[in-house]
Amino acid sequence: MSQLRADNQTLVAVHGVGLAYGAHSVLDDVSLTLEPGRITTLIGPNGAGKSTLARLVLGLTRPDRGRVERRAGLRIGYMPQHLEMDESLPLTVDRFLWLAAPGRTRARRDALQRTGVAHLRRRAVSGLSGGEMQRVLLARALLRKPDLLVLDEPAQGVDVSGQDALYGLLGQVRDETGCGILLISHDLHLVMARTDQVVCLHHHVCCSGTPEAVSRDPAYHRLFGPSGGMPNLAVYTHDHDHDHDLSGDPHHDAHQGGHHHD
Amino acid sequence: MIELLAPALLAGLAVALVAGPMGAFVVWRRMAFFGDTLAHGALLGAALALALDVNLYLAVVVACLAIAAALVGLQQQRQITGDTLLGIVAHTTLALGVIALSLQKSVQVDLFAYLFGDLLAVNWRDVLALWAGAVLILVLLAWHWRALLSITVNEDLAQVEGVPVTRTRLILMLLLALLIAGAIRTVGVLLITSLLVIPAAGARRLSRTPEQMAALASLLGLASVCLGLTVSWYADTPVGPSIVVAAALLFGFTLLRRPDS
Repeated sequence: MSQLRADNQTLVAVHGVGLAYGAHSVLDDVSLTLEPGRITTLIGPNGAGKSTLARLVLGLTRPDRGRVERRAGLRIGYMPQHLEMDESLPLTVDRFLWLAAPGRTRARRDALQRTGVAHLRRRAVSGLSGGEMQRVLLARALLRKPDLLVLDEPAQGVDVSGQDALYGLLGQVRDETGCGILLISHDLHLVMARTDQVVCLHHHVCCSGTPEAVSRDPAYHRLFGPSGGMPNLAVYTHDHDHDHDLSGDPHHDAHQGGHHHD
Repeated sequence: MIELLAPALLAGLAVALVAGPMGAFVVWRRMAFFGDTLAHGALLGAALALALDVNLYLAVVVACLAIAAALVGLQQQRQITGDTLLGIVAHTTLALGVIALSLQKSVQVDLFAYLFGDLLAVNWRDVLALWAGAVLILVLLAWHWRALLSITVNEDLAQVEGVPVTRTRLILMLLLALLIAGAIRTVGVLLITSLLVIPAAGARRLSRTPEQMAALASLLGLASVCLGLTVSWYADTPVGPSIVVAAALLFGFTLLRRPDS
């Protein structure tokens, strides 16, 4: 893990990394840059190496080839995909947050307020539902006042309106603090709408760029099929861009509220 | 009576005090079998100490750390799982320890005392050493408390948040080895895990924070030592097992309380 020069704005730069577990190659020649104030979304099918790439960015795994550079003194807030709490450890939500931010009771309360779970402060962590746990984890990540926020499948186990609120909150945090955000998702629901850069990953980077550019890229369609996740994406595009049809698939209806052939 | 019992009582209390928070970590991190394996290996350390005529506590700590290192190395391969490995190492080192002890020509070794402890045989020098060790362990625990708790909750999160995960894990291992070295003469190799696990398990049902659980585990351990020694004195039962049975009884009482949270 080398450091980027101090005058460089880039938070993390991944250069041509490769990683294999035994004979099975997980990542091959993958590059990625994360900038402050920008939301980057990593999409790709299950087992495409998204979480592994995130672990490289986080410094939890070392690459076999290539290198990962980070800005000196970079503070990262991390929200793992899920966190299994053993019931043998009695831990209230407040104590759980204290592990990341000792001392500041006020800050912990504010962070929970922010993610809409202030009422859970005195509850036992092991008794939380999946959605509640996600919000508590997000509060813990925000408490660190991160320069970079890394979220692994943040929408898992959250209903659609909850997802909408979650992505809204992430946008707000980005606007207020100017932090960079790296999101991982295996579905395309809502994600494309709130992101500045999309990286399509399937062991290598298939395509990357703005959501519009990626959605027009043939590589993207090869990866997700002509209709995989498309209706939701189309809903969004309809809202903001009437100039092009996303898939070019005649069976696919790009219009919101349109009829569906099922 | 009190002059006779005082060193035993003070020695037992020192071990129980530290076994509280250490036992809490053993329970949280599911290290019961691991602690047991270290304790079994401690017997080998004790045998080597006698054979080489070196300090017993030092030899036991070194033996525990060597076994912990060997386990970490053995776990690199994946075909034999962790608990099987622990079973192999625990019983092999125990067997080797018993053989090594039986080969001692110069001194008559009371194997029973190593296996089940001989609290009544401790002298004031032992008491002093035990309390010095207890204070050392408690200070180190308090110093690294948040890091230890962080890696117990989730090692990935802890590492991203800047906790030195590997170092903290090593510290926990070292503290466990120190405790086992101290406990080998008091409760013995076979009973040390119970003094770690039973009070901590009893404390779980009465606690809402990790600190409460650690402190309550200490209290339950202290009570078990007092109770066990008293029973042992009046009923002439072996001390170590009496303490463990007392701990188990207290644990039974905590089951009567409905769990909250």
